[in-house]
Amino acid sequence: MCGIVGLLVKKLELRERLGELMVPMLIGMTERGPDSSGMAVFTEPVTGMRRKLSLYFADPAFDWKHAEGVLSERYDDVSLTVEANHAILTTTSEPAALRAWLPTEYPGMRVLSVGRSIDLYKDVGLPTEVAKRYHFGGMRGTHLVGHTRMATESAVTPENAHPYTAGEDWCLVHNGSLANPGSIQRKLEKLGVHFESDCDTEGACRYIHWRLEEGDTLEQALEKAFEDFDGFFTFLMGTRNKLALVRDPFACKPAVVAETDDYVAIASEFRSLAHLPDVRHARVFEPKPAEVYSWSV
Amino acid sequence: MVSIAGAVGVAPTVFDLSKQSVRELNKFVHSDLRDVTAVRIDSPNGAHNIAVAVDAPLRIEIDGNVGYFGAGLNKQATVIIKGNAGPGVAENMMSGRVEVTGFASGSAGASAHGGLLVIHGDAGLRCGISLKGADIVVGGDVGSFSAFMAQAGRIVVCGDAAEGLGDSLYEAVVYVRGNIRSLGADAEVQPMRPEDTTAVTTLLAAAGINHPAREFKRVGSARKLYHWNADANQEY
Repeated sequence: MCGIVGLLVKKLELRERLGELMVPMLIGMTERGPDSSGMAVFTEPVTGMRRKLSLYFADPAFDWKHAEGVLSERYDDVSLTVEANHAILTTTSEPAALRAWLPTEYPGMRVLSVGRSIDLYKDVGLPTEVAKRYHFGGMRGTHLVGHTRMATESAVTPENAHPYTAGEDWCLVHNGSLANPGSIQRKLEKLGVHFESDCDTEGACRYIHWRLEEGDTLEQALEKAFEDFDGFFTFLMGTRNKLALVRDPFACKPAVVAETDDYVAIASEFRSLAHLPDVRHARVFEPKPAEVYSWSV
Repeated sequence: MVSIAGAVGVAPTVFDLSKQSVRELNKFVHSDLRDVTAVRIDSPNGAHNIAVAVDAPLRIEIDGNVGYFGAGLNKQATVIIKGNAGPGVAENMMSGRVEVTGFASGSAGASAHGGLLVIHGDAGLRCGISLKGADIVVGGDVGSFSAFMAQAGRIVVCGDAAEGLGDSLYEAVVYVRGNIRSLGADAEVQPMRPEDTTAVTTLLAAAGINHPAREFKRVGSARKLYHWNADANQEY
């Protein structure tokens, strides 16, 4: 069991309140996922050649200030915003070079996400603790994808927490489990795709991203996923300007959507949506199995 | 618990689940309620297990959406959910009536033995799975695999049915007004007999939904799975 939450705000002024509206949604899914949680927030995109990399380093004593100095000497226009054991690195240098270099210079450092919009935080602990640790309540942006995890397929570790990412400005969270993550991984590894955890969800995230890179639309990519994934799932996915949701053809895992003129909110259960402004007058519905739903900023 | 002004037994006892716990509510409805006939539940906010295992002739009105297993195991009570219901609403109901004004999620009325479940909106997948004698009326559509292995009871669907309707059906009967995307193994469309017309008319009247019974088709068991057929080679 896991909990998923997603929120996309339709009005400019609500972008300031994105995190504040989301925190009760995430906490509402505590019973579905008490062991880890995470959130990908999509902000105003950085401009020009800039990219953002969300970094994680387990040791709380890690000297981020010193790392910023080292990075600045080596890479262009570097700035670092630190939030506990996470940091958002902004640079105009090529992200692929940084991705390769960072773990060699700082063994154990992980790049959680890359993109112009996405910031990503994930860690073990109750949703309320994780939200507090990374100040989720103050997050601003256009949309976000969150998750609370109850591990079934792999260990409770920060790297096995969701959301997962691949490429740039793409993330996925999962409620459910896949029975053939090994074969998905082997198929993708033959194509040169690199894996970083042993969680079944990583395969799903990288598979769909691979299909999108191959030129599929999201609908086409998911059609292929229905054929290749053996298991059950509700997936919530985020791109720079979209939230997308799909449930497996047997609808084994729940999802509820509430939409108003101000926002579209998605959660595993209504109890995570109950606090939202004017939810009483929202259009509330359950997504149908094997149907792709998406909403744009 | 707050009693609204008026004599006990007339005005409903009110629970506000934004301030009180589901456990307090359920403890109350399980207690000896000689003087109480009506209960109102405010701010259910999608909580699980609201008003489960009631065994008293109460009228319980829930003002909003309920989560998993709302009014599950109900006996005698009339439970009205003014909103949507999460998975397993009225599951294993024994008697009484459960009514949902909005939609119901998966497994509505699962294995219910008696009573009437009315869903005015759509019902999700597996509606009436393993039904054991209760009646279900759905104003809208039902999702895939509804009436799976249903043993006894009746399901009236005013809208469409999705895939695999009535798979491995025993003696429960399904009446469908709209389209059936596909039938499950051993389910078949059968002629409407006079007693079927009467049953549909009676159930729709009980649910307060208006459609002519002649618009419904009957889906029942072909009874081919009742006996082991070694030649079937697992193909049904």
